[in-house]
Amino acid sequence: MAKLKYTPLNLGRWVVWGSSALVMIVLPLVFTEGFTLTLMSQIGIGIIFSLSYNMLLGQGGMLSFGHAVYSGLGAYVSIHALNLISKGNLPFPVTLLPLIGGLAGAGFGIVFGYVTTKKSGTTFAMISLGIGEMVAACSLMFPGFFGGEGGITANRVAGQPFLGLTYGPAIQVYYLIVGWALLCMAAMFAWTQTPLGRMANAVRDNPERAEFVGYDTHMVRFLTLVLSAFFAGVAGGLNCINYEIVTAENVGALRSGSVLIATFIGGAGFFFGPIIGSIVFFTMFTAVGAITQAWLFYTGLLFLIMVLYAPGGFANLILMHIPVLQARLMQRLWRPYAAAAATGLVMLAGLVTVVEITYHYALEANTAPEMKLFGFGLNVTDGMPWAVGFALLIGGFLVSLLAWKTVGRAWADITHILQSKSE
Amino acid sequence: MSASVELKAVTKNFGNTAIIRGVDLAVAKGERHAIIGPNGAGKSTLFNLISGRYPVSSGSILLNGEDVTGLKPFEINRKGLSRSFQVTNIFQRMSVFENIRCAVLWSLGYKYSFWHRLGGLKDANQRADEVMESIGLKRRRNTLAGVLSYAEQRALEIGITIAGGAEVILLDEPTAGMSRSETADAVDLIRKVSQGKTLIMVEHDMGVIFNLADKISVLVYGEVIASDVPQKIRGNKAVQEAYLGTEAAA
Repeated sequence: MAKLKYTPLNLGRWVVWGSSALVMIVLPLVFTEGFTLTLMSQIGIGIIFSLSYNMLLGQGGMLSFGHAVYSGLGAYVSIHALNLISKGNLPFPVTLLPLIGGLAGAGFGIVFGYVTTKKSGTTFAMISLGIGEMVAACSLMFPGFFGGEGGITANRVAGQPFLGLTYGPAIQVYYLIVGWALLCMAAMFAWTQTPLGRMANAVRDNPERAEFVGYDTHMVRFLTLVLSAFFAGVAGGLNCINYEIVTAENVGALRSGSVLIATFIGGAGFFFGPIIGSIVFFTMFTAVGAITQAWLFYTGLLFLIMVLYAPGGFANLILMHIPVLQARLMQRLWRPYAAAAATGLVMLAGLVTVVEITYHYALEANTAPEMKLFGFGLNVTDGMPWAVGFALLIGGFLVSLLAWKTVGRAWADITHILQSKSE
Repeated sequence: MSASVELKAVTKNFGNTAIIRGVDLAVAKGERHAIIGPNGAGKSTLFNLISGRYPVSSGSILLNGEDVTGLKPFEINRKGLSRSFQVTNIFQRMSVFENIRCAVLWSLGYKYSFWHRLGGLKDANQRADEVMESIGLKRRRNTLAGVLSYAEQRALEIGITIAGGAEVILLDEPTAGMSRSETADAVDLIRKVSQGKTLIMVEHDMGVIFNLADKISVLVYGEVIASDVPQKIRGNKAVQEAYLGTEAAA
């Protein structure tokens, strides 16, 4: 199970932070295609957004279904500000535009958050959903501010260039995102080490006791939400600069759901969980999305599997191996893991085959029944691809069960050894 | 002598059932006051009323002469009253140290600060270490509260209660479920941490009560039938009939 601890390995914290920064800075020099830059820009913004979401979910125990309200409204305010800058009505550097987004997010956090944070648990979740729907409805009611169906567009090359930066080229925008992402990551990590951050954990775990040591749980949740909304707004401001368009989608339920999925997949119980989650989610979104329309289906399936079998997320999956590494017991896991991976790949190949030919069959069977899959040409109206797909899926599933049993046994042994060592 | 805690004609109904039926009680400053009574007498309810967990149905509660009736638990806590719980109520997923530190933050004025670094709060960390020392959990500093032994959790429960330096301490059955030697340790601990403070405790163990209490109030069916020094309570006829009688029957 996920142990809730917000100090990631104290030892080497600087190494972790330093190398993350270095990777973010150096990566575009290694991968120079525009595609990578797009993906990494999305990941950078996603990291800020999901970390801000995890201030609520992981650290404050608040399950929100409407977090896009704060990033989205932050993005809208930012894009109006950007247009004012373009017209010369607002002397403000584009570099600092995310700050306007953040302040807008925090402002709406004050307005909506006071109501949503009155209660925790299911009530909070319900109210957050309600406010999300309300704001989404408003986006069509007030076309002046929200721009109706088309949204609001802007040109990010506005105002005076700052140190020669115009933000015309995507690479400049990428480094702007990196700068803000590093700043926000550090700030949100620092927050977990403050009295308010710690009391957010206390209120999450035992609100009653928190009240009896002097804390108003409503106020703790409220302030946490306002700060979280600030960072969500910063992400919104960066979105505005990155895409130069803000539409109703930005405040919508789908966006709110995505950040929940990304955060959970990464691991809400750990500070760095949402960072991994964003990387995974946006890789699915952009890289898998570029190959297949079924990317959302695969993402949903991954989410389902994580909820059922790894509720601590990828972060927990990684951390649970550290004591094993330290005890030099990894050699007990390689073989079961290799078996699980091999059989899992067979099952995955079957799954992908079935899903892809189903999509193709449903959408294009009449016009173009031929398609390419894993380099093979096939016709979705033939029986053969279906038979092969299902055979791989079912066969892979059955052998996977066996492989996972050996994994389970290996882990049982390791847990036993580790326990007897610690006693 | 000014009363530290004073209840005036306090009643509490749950639906049509009257649980507390007009309690008048005055606990002097610095007094160790025990509340005893048979099961279902309303002792824990009385605690919940004093600490603000439940609102009173009528009557008023004064803390150091100030009316605190209807205030929320955190408001009452900030005025210097702290309580423990009969069923252990700690932050299970935090370390012992974090548990105590959470309980000292407000009293040291850090409130909702997000501009202080916890690690740099010398006074809070030092105070948390002192409290851990006094409740005997120093060597368990970094252990998760949820995996402590029962007696250790009860000690932590008291530690959280006293950490903020409250002048009035309410302990709800602090020795319930403990072995004899654990109880003896708990009595020493309670005596130590309630030094110079007002202590109100609900307790079943007569040994603990006669060992610690300056004064005893007997609560039967939501009414205080006697409130006096231990020797007098021991000899009180009404108490023997009402309390010890039912105790013997039970």
